[in-house]
Amino acid sequence: MDATQLLIQLAYVVSAALFIYGLKLLGSADSARRGNMMSAVGMLLAIVAALLDQGIIEYQWILLGIVVGGVIGAAAARLVQMTSMPEMVALFNGFGGMASLLVGAAAISTATGTFTLVTIVLSILIGGLTFTGSLIAYGKLSETIGSGAVLFRGQQIVNSLIVAGILASGVMFCLQPENPQWLYLVIGLSLVFGVMAVIPIGGADMPVVISLLNSYSGLAACAAGFAINNNILIVAGSLVGAAGIILTQIMCKAMNRSLSNVLFSGFGSVSSGEETVEGEIKPISVEDAYYILEAASNVAIIPGYGMAVAQAQHVVKELTEILERNGAEVNFGIHPVAGRMPGHMNVLLAEADVPYDQLLEMDDINPRMENVDVAIVIGANDVVNPAARESESSPIYGMPVINVDQARTVFVLKRSMASGFAGIENPLFYKENTRMLFGDAKESIGGLVREFA
Amino acid sequence: MEAVFLTFILMLAIFLGFELINKVPATLHTPLMSGANAISGITVVGAIGLAGTGQQDMANWLGAGAVALASINVVGGYMVTDRMLAMFKKKEG
Repeated sequence: MDATQLLIQLAYVVSAALFIYGLKLLGSADSARRGNMMSAVGMLLAIVAALLDQGIIEYQWILLGIVVGGVIGAAAARLVQMTSMPEMVALFNGFGGMASLLVGAAAISTATGTFTLVTIVLSILIGGLTFTGSLIAYGKLSETIGSGAVLFRGQQIVNSLIVAGILASGVMFCLQPENPQWLYLVIGLSLVFGVMAVIPIGGADMPVVISLLNSYSGLAACAAGFAINNNILIVAGSLVGAAGIILTQIMCKAMNRSLSNVLFSGFGSVSSGEETVEGEIKPISVEDAYYILEAASNVAIIPGYGMAVAQAQHVVKELTEILERNGAEVNFGIHPVAGRMPGHMNVLLAEADVPYDQLLEMDDINPRMENVDVAIVIGANDVVNPAARESESSPIYGMPVINVDQARTVFVLKRSMASGFAGIENPLFYKENTRMLFGDAKESIGGLVREFA
Repeated sequence: MEAVFLTFILMLAIFLGFELINKVPATLHTPLMSGANAISGITVVGAIGLAGTGQQDMANWLGAGAVALASINVVGGYMVTDRMLAMFKKKEG
């Protein structure tokens, strides 16, 4: 190892340390921004070190790639709406996967030994399925394609055949690396597999899928690291892989479902049992809602994806301030799977300047619910569905929910009586203490704000 | 031996990752994810070596494509994470 090579490797050690310390600082909201900065410095260091490699003869293609990618990335980061974060993360996962696929494919010309060939197959497989899987997830999230689960007869058999095909062509590739048709087959089947893996997953399960794809994009980088013998790719890739797996676990737990159930069952399309819900819908006008809120001293707000769609977070913040000036205590209850990705609601409310210590997790708000005078549900549905506690026949039975029905009064802000993203009937709407405030969430809340003024 | 050595690193890094991420509060899960996304752009480091061989062959073009894609991740991921984290504020007073 000559001096430059040693220097490069040492730089990688330092940037690994920066990634790790950066992630550690992400553990608290006070230090998170510094942590992200530290991780970015680590990345810059790793890139500079990689550029010093003496194997590099010409720089123009590298620079072109960095400039093109950098400009696209920077523009996307500046322009994206906070409501669209899930789509953007999905797309970025896909790019990461594709990059790893390309690195794996490019590494073939220098590959020696079976182990390297196996890791090349892995980086192509994981990278490829991450790429197309993420594109499908992006399509579902942005609703450019239907967000429902796509199921058909014999799906499991088709998928098993694809997996068998990937295995067989992977083995053949390792045996005959000089024969490119096996490589093309691995690439093609991996891309198809990504599509097949994500289409049976319904829209309501997107937080799980996006976490899982995040994990895959890390694992793909990791496999690419094995393929080209690079430590820093392995370390950074596995950190990301671990992060994605943990988030996936948290999301599954929050829905009381196993990962395999999410991946294979096509939950979103299952029509719920022919259960009749008793009681009647009681609509309320903005004016009447105002009188109840005016007298309330403890208010809980439970936001869901509907708040994001209506872009109501800013006017919600306004209402919060008015209620607080009126002497009420206001808290937010955030369900782990509210929104389309982990922590989605928190980001939206942070954008509207709601302090993060006012956002309570489900387990913190539920014990307080009995003391809440008014619980306002804004565009959330399944995460406040009492059927998850009460009705064993409900598809979401056993899922932990925010128990808004235990508050004295519940306002549900809703566009119409259509069922939620998961397509499940919600008995909350028929409860004695529930009032439905129909209409666009932003306008309804704006109306309340005006009543107070 | 090299393979064993690399697998050893992989194992340690995964355990470390689990320990670190478990401590991240739910409030920060979106920035965590986009930040992790930026880190997964580390593939750019591997791609740089492949894009600069001066060979004008397939591997070179694949490498250049990988540099561009991974750069989107790196730049976009870090910038959007920073943008989000700048919005997180504590209640004053």
